[in-house]
Amino acid sequence: MHKVLIVGEHDGKTLNPATAKCVTCARSIPDAEITIALLGADTAAVAAQAAALAGVKAVVRVDRPENLHPLAAIFAPQVAALAADYTHVFGPSTSFGKDLMPRAAALLGVAQVSDLMAVESAYRFRRPIYAGNAIVTVEADPARKLVATVRVASFEAAGGGGGASVGSKSLAVELPSHTRYVGAKSGSTDRPDLQTAARVVSGGRALGSAENFKLLFSFADKIGAAVGASRAAVDAGYAPNEMQVGQTGKIISPEIYIAIGISGAIQHLTGIKDARTIVAINKDGEAPIFEVADVGLVGDLFQVVPEFERLVSS
Amino acid sequence: MQKIMVCIKRVVDYNVRVRVKPDGSGVMLDGVKMSVNPFDEIALEEALRIKERGTNIEVVAVSIGVADTQQQLRTALAMGADRAILVQTDLPVEPLTAAQTFLAVAKKEAPDLIFLGKQAIDDDANQTGQMLAAIWERPQATYASKVEITGAKAVVTREVDAGLESIEVDLPAVITVDLRLNEPRYVKLPDIMKAKKKPLDVTSLDALGVSAGQLIKTVKTEPPAQRQKGVMVKDVAELVDVLKKKGLL
Repeated sequence: MHKVLIVGEHDGKTLNPATAKCVTCARSIPDAEITIALLGADTAAVAAQAAALAGVKAVVRVDRPENLHPLAAIFAPQVAALAADYTHVFGPSTSFGKDLMPRAAALLGVAQVSDLMAVESAYRFRRPIYAGNAIVTVEADPARKLVATVRVASFEAAGGGGGASVGSKSLAVELPSHTRYVGAKSGSTDRPDLQTAARVVSGGRALGSAENFKLLFSFADKIGAAVGASRAAVDAGYAPNEMQVGQTGKIISPEIYIAIGISGAIQHLTGIKDARTIVAINKDGEAPIFEVADVGLVGDLFQVVPEFERLVSS
Repeated sequence: MQKIMVCIKRVVDYNVRVRVKPDGSGVMLDGVKMSVNPFDEIALEEALRIKERGTNIEVVAVSIGVADTQQQLRTALAMGADRAILVQTDLPVEPLTAAQTFLAVAKKEAPDLIFLGKQAIDDDANQTGQMLAAIWERPQATYASKVEITGAKAVVTREVDAGLESIEVDLPAVITVDLRLNEPRYVKLPDIMKAKKKPLDVTSLDALGVSAGQLIKTVKTEPPAQRQKGVMVKDVAELVDVLKKKGLL
């Protein structure tokens, strides 16, 4: 049997959907028994959400005041201590997991496999390299603990209806004081989370200004979509970096991705190629985005988008 | 602040369109242009800016790789690093081995700060900085978009999925850098000439007491699956129609 520990990501209130995707990845490990670990100041609410995920056997809460913010230096020694009872330790390939998991792996003295996109056996996986321009199949040593991050765009979220046991664990781990949380600035919004949204509307440099991005926000709100941006649009200052989609931004896999005024640089396509359906709207019929689009429309976005918005709401 | 160490990786230049070998044994590297990993260039630039703001700060560029990696270290010296160290090896170096090697160098050099790129654009592992911080038992501040040093502390603004996060770390610390931290300088010809005279020491994994473990074996390399070409529609009405039929609106 393989015992898989998933380090859950949450903000104290809500379990990040990336965790449910890690569960699906873990379930494709043969004969896997899945446990979710939650580190936080008070994880009662998120533990209930984690316990409801289908296929999870147990949820382990590690509550202590130092765990209020997810600092890798604080979390990693605790994850390493928890890992003792498991064959596999997974975290999501989000900024949370990418920061934390290698630190935990190094404390355990083992290698990490980053960005699992497919599981071929308990110790054989596929992952992208060179920004997704090549896919490698890798094998890890079954004699060692396997630490990995899961490329969330490659897996569906596990469903609900599960009934995992919830327990608490106190770890006798000394925590460092050399790293302190100062604060966060997020573009807080009522829109769906870009990383996990089913619908994403994204804008490129052709938008021309931050002001013009309002056009996309209005349309996105009409169809309940998250809003993204190309690196060109971010670099031009039209949109904040947390909206960036692509190799150097977020890698996403929505049901529908609507690329508006985005030419389709390789690094952008890397971030969207797992989208179920890609729609491209661009006035340049030769734009590379049309090579990957399922549905393409050549036209001026400043006319197309308002009309699109009108027609979907009618 | 007296010394900053910057870790640099030699990678396929980011402008090269990487192709997979037909036999699946890897990607084609023969005759391909090699460069400093772009994120490591940003790391070096940040170290140089801190050096230029301070007094008597030494910047040491360190790399692990084949003999030709000296080219990338010469680039680092031309940008402004004071000296360079190459840990020469022909073996493939996994992130954990890289971290152990940089740790061995750090123990000799005792830097106040170690800068690295957040990831290398070849294997995209995004591990070495975090692993180095772990085994050095020092703080890590990953994905930095702003670094402010005051005395023996650094406040680092980090690019995280939700936006920006700030953390404060005690020095010495490891900082891995993201794209928006700075724009690296261009190297000028006189600097290239000057760099030829700067010290570049070559050492080995053996000399540092590091054994290059191969914990993860790559068994196959393939090109990614291609998406099928889709349909073009003539106007918005048709677009909405197609999407409604697919059940997407």
